[in-house]
Amino acid sequence: MRQRDNESASQRVGKSTQGGFAESLIRRIAPWLGVSLFLGLFFFCPLARILWLGLNPASLLTIAPDSLLIIRHSLLFTFYQACLSTLLTLLVGLPAAYLFARFDFRGKPLLRLLTAIPFMLPTVVAAAGFNALLGPRGWVNLGLMQLFGLESAPITFVHTLWAILFAHVFYNTTILIRVVGNALAHLDPRLEQAARILGADARRAFWQVTLPLLRPSILAASLLVFLFDFTSFGVILLLGGPRFATLEVEIYKQAIQIFNLPLAALLTFIQLLFTLAFSIVYGRIVTGVAVTTTPHTAQSNLRRARAWREKLFVGGMASLLLALFLLPMASLPLRSVARLEAARGERTAVGYDLTSNYYTELFVNRLDSLFYVPPFKALTNSLLYATMTVVLSLALGFPVASALARPGRLERFLDPFLMLPLGASAVTLGLGFIVAFNQPPLALIRSPLLVPIAHTLIALPFVIRSLQPALASIPDRLRQAATSLGASPLRTWFTVDWPIVSRATLAAAIFAFTVSLGEFGATALVSRPEYPTLPIAIYRFLSQPGGLNYGQAMDMATILMVVCGAGILLIERFRLPGAGEF
Amino acid sequence: MLQLLDIAKDYENRPLLRGISFTVAANETVCLLGASGSGKSTLLRIIAGLETCEQGTVAWQGQDLSSAPAHLRNFGLVFQDYALFPHLSVFKNVAFGLQMQNLSRPEIERRTREAMTQVNLSGFEQRHVTELSGGEQQRVALARALAPRPRLLMFDEPLGALDRALRDRLLDELRGILHATRVPAIYVTHDQEEAFAIADRVLLLHEGKIVRDGSPAEVWNEPGSAWAARFLGLGNIVEGVVRLKVETLKVETRAGGFVLRCGHAHQTGEKVNLLLRPSGVRLAADGNLRGVVTDVVFQQARFKVTLENGLYFYLPEAPKIGEAIAISIPPSEVHCLA
Amino acid sequence: MKRFFFLTMLVALTLAACAPKGPATLTVMTHDSFAVSAEVVKDFEQANNVKVTFIKSGDTGAALNKAILTKDAPLADLFYGVDNTFLSRALQAGIYEPYASPSLANIPAEFKLDPQNRALPVDYGDVCINYDKAYFAARNLPIPESLEDLTKPEYKDLLVVENPATSSPGLAFLLATVAHFGPEGYLKYWETLRENGVVVVDGWETAYYTNFSASSGRGPQPMVVSYASSPAAEVVFAETPLTESPTASIIAPGTCFRQIEFVGILKGTQQRVLAEKFVDFMLGVTFQEDMPLQMFMSPVNPAANLPEAFVQYAPAPEQPATLSPDLIAANRDRWIADWTEAVLR
Repeated sequence: MRQRDNESASQRVGKSTQGGFAESLIRRIAPWLGVSLFLGLFFFCPLARILWLGLNPASLLTIAPDSLLIIRHSLLFTFYQACLSTLLTLLVGLPAAYLFARFDFRGKPLLRLLTAIPFMLPTVVAAAGFNALLGPRGWVNLGLMQLFGLESAPITFVHTLWAILFAHVFYNTTILIRVVGNALAHLDPRLEQAARILGADARRAFWQVTLPLLRPSILAASLLVFLFDFTSFGVILLLGGPRFATLEVEIYKQAIQIFNLPLAALLTFIQLLFTLAFSIVYGRIVTGVAVTTTPHTAQSNLRRARAWREKLFVGGMASLLLALFLLPMASLPLRSVARLEAARGERTAVGYDLTSNYYTELFVNRLDSLFYVPPFKALTNSLLYATMTVVLSLALGFPVASALARPGRLERFLDPFLMLPLGASAVTLGLGFIVAFNQPPLALIRSPLLVPIAHTLIALPFVIRSLQPALASIPDRLRQAATSLGASPLRTWFTVDWPIVSRATLAAAIFAFTVSLGEFGATALVSRPEYPTLPIAIYRFLSQPGGLNYGQAMDMATILMVVCGAGILLIERFRLPGAGEF
Repeated sequence: MLQLLDIAKDYENRPLLRGISFTVAANETVCLLGASGSGKSTLLRIIAGLETCEQGTVAWQGQDLSSAPAHLRNFGLVFQDYALFPHLSVFKNVAFGLQMQNLSRPEIERRTREAMTQVNLSGFEQRHVTELSGGEQQRVALARALAPRPRLLMFDEPLGALDRALRDRLLDELRGILHATRVPAIYVTHDQEEAFAIADRVLLLHEGKIVRDGSPAEVWNEPGSAWAARFLGLGNIVEGVVRLKVETLKVETRAGGFVLRCGHAHQTGEKVNLLLRPSGVRLAADGNLRGVVTDVVFQQARFKVTLENGLYFYLPEAPKIGEAIAISIPPSEVHCLA
Repeated sequence: MKRFFFLTMLVALTLAACAPKGPATLTVMTHDSFAVSAEVVKDFEQANNVKVTFIKSGDTGAALNKAILTKDAPLADLFYGVDNTFLSRALQAGIYEPYASPSLANIPAEFKLDPQNRALPVDYGDVCINYDKAYFAARNLPIPESLEDLTKPEYKDLLVVENPATSSPGLAFLLATVAHFGPEGYLKYWETLRENGVVVVDGWETAYYTNFSASSGRGPQPMVVSYASSPAAEVVFAETPLTESPTASIIAPGTCFRQIEFVGILKGTQQRVLAEKFVDFMLGVTFQEDMPLQMFMSPVNPAANLPEAFVQYAPAPEQPATLSPDLIAANRDRWIADWTEAVLR
């Protein structure tokens, strides 16, 4: 009996090695087909076209020598602020991730939602929020002035480095909460307990066991945060002001305002090189520490705060997050119903009065404008784009993330390139799109479908980075167990992989969803006025003077926030069969 | 040395442990035996300080430990599935507890190697724990728990995932180590063979309570309750009615009538459970137990014979399936249970 | 499955882009601020049996760059929105075909900056300093009457301007100072302005809605670089009906800079006839009368009647500053760089 089994097993092995080489090659390459085609077509091709326009030998010579100063200056500042921002984000985000992964407290889902919303907030709207809170006529300053009878605002926030850092923390903390928090929630709690029993106090157990085990996800999240800060644009322009210029801002000035395409291309190239370098370094560090552990139910790690120190932590951290996220955002819905009587003109005492005029006005095309944006249409367009982005980026990201979870040489080589879309200058890429897609066979530039494609470019690195650690954490023996129990590969995937990665998939979907909802640049790139989105509507209102315009912009921003929040809730509720088990 | 007094713990608003009290003496290995879900692992975690209990105290040599956090108790715990640190090498796993004691480097080195020798793991120092086999991982977990020289060792189903041969070998080694180190130990398992093999004392945990406390031999001889006898797999449990009570008890069951001595006070007409041990019986034409054979299995120089009424016995020779047989059970193999 | 989905997407994309259309299509590329009444466009479409599609491509600079980058295979038939600060760049890049529209005859010579009629003027707007009327009234502060006045101590910290490197009104105001003080003197003026606490922000939205005290943002500065038409917009888009604008423009001679916006037919168009008709339409009275309330720019066609709000709240400056497009083209990058060095560093 046993004899025969061995024979047939060896026969099988023999067969698979004979005809298997081509087959296994195909199997290795297959997951990459979709993404390679997508990135090749919609990222590398337009980028190469535009970079070649700027960086061919002839035009390179036109770069003035003193441009080097511009490059050096913007590069140094970009690094400086990105490092500081990332550190600060870690400082806030890691405890926040710990809070969400380990503690159960009242209002937790709401707070969690609150931290996710900024990610999609258009910069103009976020800047308006910060101004309402911390600007020269913001609540804080007005309050302090009234309290102490001051003549001028005591706090200078807008147009300082602090404003940039603060906004970056505001935007990116959610990345840490999602990526690191997810890893922490599924960490085997017994590892920390084992350390405790071996004599480690809570602090040492955290530093010597929990933190090292979280390293891959912390690094992944940090890289995403860093790249976001590194390529920061709107925050620098609106909150940092003209004194600060990152590479991306400099690219915009050179390409659009000065039309110095060679210098813009050179700056773009530098930015890309650094992005690639960060991704490679990151890949090296992470492969060294990749660890598979038996994933645990998130529930088993949750507890209510009991000791006074835990209570202090939960209370303190929750209040901090509430202040950080709620205060700047609360000003928007408030403004959307608050009438600030400009005509009265008294400067310190701000007369508020509530109105729903702005909302009713949203539905009125007062001037019969051809480009009037019906709010419902903007809303459905935004949602449609966001849904397409979620589907497309998950469809493209899943095979790649699965391949990356069991990396071979091919995967290690290709991995850093996946991060490039985050590091590419949106301005340059926009010009690249124009050059590459204005003629058949790819006359896509006027197609509204280019919008979800562009959004997918941005969302893809997030999707892959969210899925990969979860997929990598599945021990092979679980799959083997399922296969040996007679499950087909598809069945194995659904019974083993899916329950474990379902949470990570949710996180990925939420990233893609929010990226798409709030994205403005790519949407504006080739905006067909027939297909407006919510951010486009906000910008349209803000581009003309008048109290109604401002109020309506705040309305749209509020609608955007509500839709985004509802969307996130819906995605979190949306559970495919089996997803709830892990 | 370790005293538990009146421990109670709820789980999801249902009582999981109720009034658990016992002590572990110096040099003693106590086995907590119970079905899965009986709360035995939770009890272990309460002793370790990983979980709190609603009521009761855990004390060490008379000193209440309730305010002592896990890391100051100096207990060792070997987890189910071992919970090795996947980011550390074998050596660093074992050395972890010593590092937490802030010992000098040479001292850590020496005692880590000592612990690894103790569990036959020398040469594995630099290996990655994820590359090890189950048995090897088990040894690392044991060495890791032993190295800091805990004053109490605890094992939470440590051999559950291993195959039988390996389990038996490790069990022997473990017994040797426990005897050599003379550390008091609590061993949690659901497997009575494991428990009887390693324990100086066995505690049976059922429905949140300790239902039997004694040496393996005592528990074997006097399981105390029908549940315990069934759980320990001691033999056939049959329900009967007391028909006559003089010096001995005459009990009528569906399997036949038995005469036996019983320590408990029973009234005529009362229902009792009898334990019919399966060994020590023989085929006899005048046997008091009759039945048709439904299954015969060869087991270590004897045959396990199952009858159509569900009872089983070990016989030296094999009857045929379908054959009607009569068995004689000596009174010493029939017990009455509480 | 995924591959299939992807391919389907691709095919759909290509089809969507090349799908055959019913009536002829005329495509107009513009900047984001372009606006027009639906009715007006519909009339044009019906009269000429054409479907007009607009492509908005970012701010003026971005839109122009995109037009230049695609000049070999133009995305559109017309490009509207280049202004006099960018005009030379557009003309040098050769994106337009000349068209001597008969409608040009009615338009004053001061707007016709391209003698070859490749770019035809459509509208103009004066970039002026807006002030918060209530603020000045409450303090009995006189309204500044010249650029020089802005350096006076009583106006310390009261003005917010846009960065000329990133904002079109910012550049226009810089050009006003160049026109007034000359290429040699403007930097000195900016240095004194800087000492007097001028606030620089990157874009008009920030300047107007965040820093300006009379806007809904209620910022700290009562003077902002905006448009002469902005006070009219404040009334049109008021929260509650107003009889008086909360803001007004300083329109003293030399304090404003005139931006003129042009339209042109893109080289390589397949719809030359329709494109010409659309240019005529933009210069015609219907469009010219519709445009002020849509874009808050002024019509170049003197035959067009100004809407009531413009007449009442947006008086035009009498002697706005101007500079020749060639001079701007030759010097803008250097002026901006020098300005950045003087004001921001």
